Amino acid sequence: MDALLLSRIQFGANISFHILFPTITIALGWVLLFFKLRFNATGDRKWMDAYMFWVKVFALSFAMGVVSGITMSFQFGTNWPGFMETVGNVAGPLLAYEVLTAFFLEAAFLGIMLFGASRVKPWVHTLATFLVAFGTTMSAFWIIVLNSWMHTPQGYELRDGVVHATDWMAILFNPSMPYRLVHMLLASGLTVAFLIAGISALRLLMKDKAEGTKSAFRTGILMAAMLIPLQIVAGDMHGLNTLEHQPAKVAAMEGNWETQSNAPLLLFAVPNKETRSNDYEIGIPSLASIILTHDADGVVPGLNDFVAEDGTILHPPVLQVFWSFRVMVGVGMLMLATSWLGAFLLWRRGVDRMPRLYLMGMSGMAFMGWVATLAGWYTTEIGRQPWLVSGVLATADAVSPVAAPMVLSTLIAYLLVYAGLMIAYMWVITYLARKAAKGETLPLDPRQGVAGPDLMPAE
Amino acid sequence: MTLDLPFIFAALMGTSILVYVILDGFDLGVGILFPFATPDERDRMVASIGPFWDANETWLVLAIGLLLVAFPVAHGAILTQLYLPVTLMLIALILRGVAFEFRAKAPAGHKRTWDFLFWFGSMLTGLTQGFMLGIYVMGLAWTWWHIGFALLTGVFLTVAYSFIGAAWIIHKADGALQAKAITWARDGLWGVVLGMGAVSLATPYVSTRIFDKWFSWPQMLWLSPLPLASAALIGLVWWTLRRLPLDGDRLSWLPFVATSALFALGFAGMAYSFFPYIVPEAITIYEAAAAPESLWIILIGALIVIPMIAAYSAFSYFIFRGKATALSYE
Ligand code: HDD
Ligand code: HEM
Ligand code: HEM
Repeated sequence: MDALLLSRIQFGANISFHILFPTITIALGWVLLFFKLRFNATGDRKWMDAYMFWVKVFALSFAMGVVSGITMSFQFGTNWPGFMETVGNVAGPLLAYEVLTAFFLEAAFLGIMLFGASRVKPWVHTLATFLVAFGTTMSAFWIIVLNSWMHTPQGYELRDGVVHATDWMAILFNPSMPYRLVHMLLASGLTVAFLIAGISALRLLMKDKAEGTKSAFRTGILMAAMLIPLQIVAGDMHGLNTLEHQPAKVAAMEGNWETQSNAPLLLFAVPNKETRSNDYEIGIPSLASIILTHDADGVVPGLNDFVAEDGTILHPPVLQVFWSFRVMVGVGMLMLATSWLGAFLLWRRGVDRMPRLYLMGMSGMAFMGWVATLAGWYTTEIGRQPWLVSGVLATADAVSPVAAPMVLSTLIAYLLVYAGLMIAYMWVITYLARKAAKGETLPLDPRQGVAGPDLMPAE
Repeated sequence: MTLDLPFIFAALMGTSILVYVILDGFDLGVGILFPFATPDERDRMVASIGPFWDANETWLVLAIGLLLVAFPVAHGAILTQLYLPVTLMLIALILRGVAFEFRAKAPAGHKRTWDFLFWFGSMLTGLTQGFMLGIYVMGLAWTWWHIGFALLTGVFLTVAYSFIGAAWIIHKADGALQAKAITWARDGLWGVVLGMGAVSLATPYVSTRIFDKWFSWPQMLWLSPLPLASAALIGLVWWTLRRLPLDGDRLSWLPFVATSALFALGFAGMAYSFFPYIVPEAITIYEAAAAPESLWIILIGALIVIPMIAAYSAFSYFIFRGKATALSYE
């Protein structure tokens, strides 16, 4: 394998690992604030129990996010020096603002949020929780601005092959940014909703009778049921936006080779790049045209339009994009079904009489948000190829001169570390749940605002 | 008047590296000292850095971020040269950062493993950072001779981190742990001295330009306070360490503060040597700088935000002042 391919795999592996944890912390910060505010308003200790359990998951995820994020900021230099050399004048300020406004905010107030409750006034602690949640969301904002600009660049001009910013408002509010930001924030919300519902379901299965668990379960299910329809609508709008700006990506997502009206929505197919057609196609006639143009006779662009005269292929790899897109949408539908069923069961039967089978299914869904999020990002990122910055910088021109064996060995090292950490992370969360279900953590006394004896090891 | 933007950004970046080396230096040092402590002491040592380590590491992100955004060309040139040590450092930082969280949450039986990883990650971070410092000082060329030198600076920096870590514990602990930390610090001082000495001798040796900057008249005169003050600080630290602990915990802050000042002096010396080069003897900060419009945008943000960062970091250190007690999510 050549250094380019290896560098791409390495970058993809690193950012995939990184994104898993911000996806959790972005929304979990707000959920923690919600728990804390409920506690402030009602004085009911169950909310504090829920807070105490989930704040541990937050701390763990945050640490994983930070260390993998540090890797990200070095990757540009080690693997993609051409990226900053060409578009640094735009990417630089955006990354700088992220570090300056977001990371320091989170990092400084995280200490107070995690360990400071007894050292500061309650409102300062609530404020710290808010600032951490706000900071993680700001991180997401800046990085999504940059990523969206890479997809739909504007507000710049090229001088001697180097990008110079001409209009910062146009850069910030580039056409795909609002859609991508909303879709990502909702994805984060859904990931957390299913994590909370799934882990709480696991605790309920283990005969955990604590009120805190039940409230968390209810919060998770209702949050999921509310967010998923919004996500589907947002995803649809995102797709329409992509159709306008990156038609080749949409053609790959739909597996559509020839530009046509009445394009079918393919449920199954194996796109074949040799024959430039699909094998084993199963589809619903005209549905893709209806979804993308709101008209059965609407024309959907085809991949064959993106082949240069000399045969150079200017569209992204089809198989990967086609299938990641289906995985994401499939998980989305599964989320719709499970969360609405859950909401219905909660309404008819209440938490105490949830069917075991449902709880088991829900525990299985705990990490499904990750699957959909990764699948979504693969659609987005692979769908941008062969460009790194659409129309400005090709991926192949940004790669570093580091030799392939070197990249391969570091790639293997990263993958080993990530696999180990992934197992440890999922294991520790379920371990904490099992321990909490047995009542081994003693909750603190809410009314005094000081810690009771906490059997969790000190940190 | 036009501002010298590249210079301002070089100064900002240098400051964040320095702050990083001092702040993450002490929490890395605490990790490096793990094998010498009992399990109970380890819990208290971790408690003394718990609320800070994350913010400390963010200075590394800021430093590398500034290199990335203000000197994009240099970022690529330096990091591709340092590809292997950078990767090792990142893996080490990952291991120690997560071990820190896992050790408190995993079952008691697993704690030893996470403690080991915390130590290992902290060690490897120190070693690789010192190694990179050595290679950088030697002009980013990989010869066996330079690698040997860099291995030495790796060891020195690691010992220096353990020293500032011990100085931190002296301030944040009391009783037996504090007494132990005082002996650790006494044993670690040599790392600081040798490390600073090695870099100070190597830089003028590598480049005649740097040699002339230091050893020509009258520069020698203007610069003499730098080595003199460093020597005085080392003497002061050595003297205090022999007398600590004092009644009423007097002066327990002194080793940490004096060491920070020492790091700052050493850093100032290096900055003087290399200026105006950012890639030693190859690319100056003026050649590597990003476009002025973009630098302006960042500068405005930085000038608003950095004072705020300083303020709320100070607030956080104030909240968690005093001796470290067992931490819990209260
Ligand atoms: C819980 C996660 C999740 C769920 C359930 C969905 N998505 Fe999604 N999707 C993402 C998480 C995500 C993501 C990971 O967050 C992406 C990658 C980039 C982005 O902004 O969002 C994404 C990208 C993405 C794109 C790519 C746009 C582009 O880059 O040009 C489209 C068209 C959709 N989504 C559409 C949908 C539709 C129609 C869904 C209906 C079920 C859906 N998504 C569910
Ligand atoms: C967060 C979720 C993300 C995931 C999972 C992800 C995943 C990927 C993957 C798989 C590739 C390789 C594409 C290929 O080889 O065909 C890639 C490329 C890349 N992405 Fe992303 N990406 C994400 C977000 C971002 C963001 C936010 C940025 C920018 C700030 C970014 C910048 C890049 C760059 C620079 C490449 C270069 C290599 C290439 O295109 O092959 N990505 N990403
Ligand atoms: C190339 C892309 C990226 C780079 C260079 C990057 C860099 C970083 C760094 C250095 C950190 C640690 C900050 C600290 O010290 O606290 C971090 C954390 C974070 N990142 Fe990323 N990141 C990237 C992609 C993303 C993406 C795609 C998202 C989300 C949409 C994201 C959201 C966050 C958030 C919310 C945090 C802070 C909280 C946490 O660690 O969980 N990042 N990132």
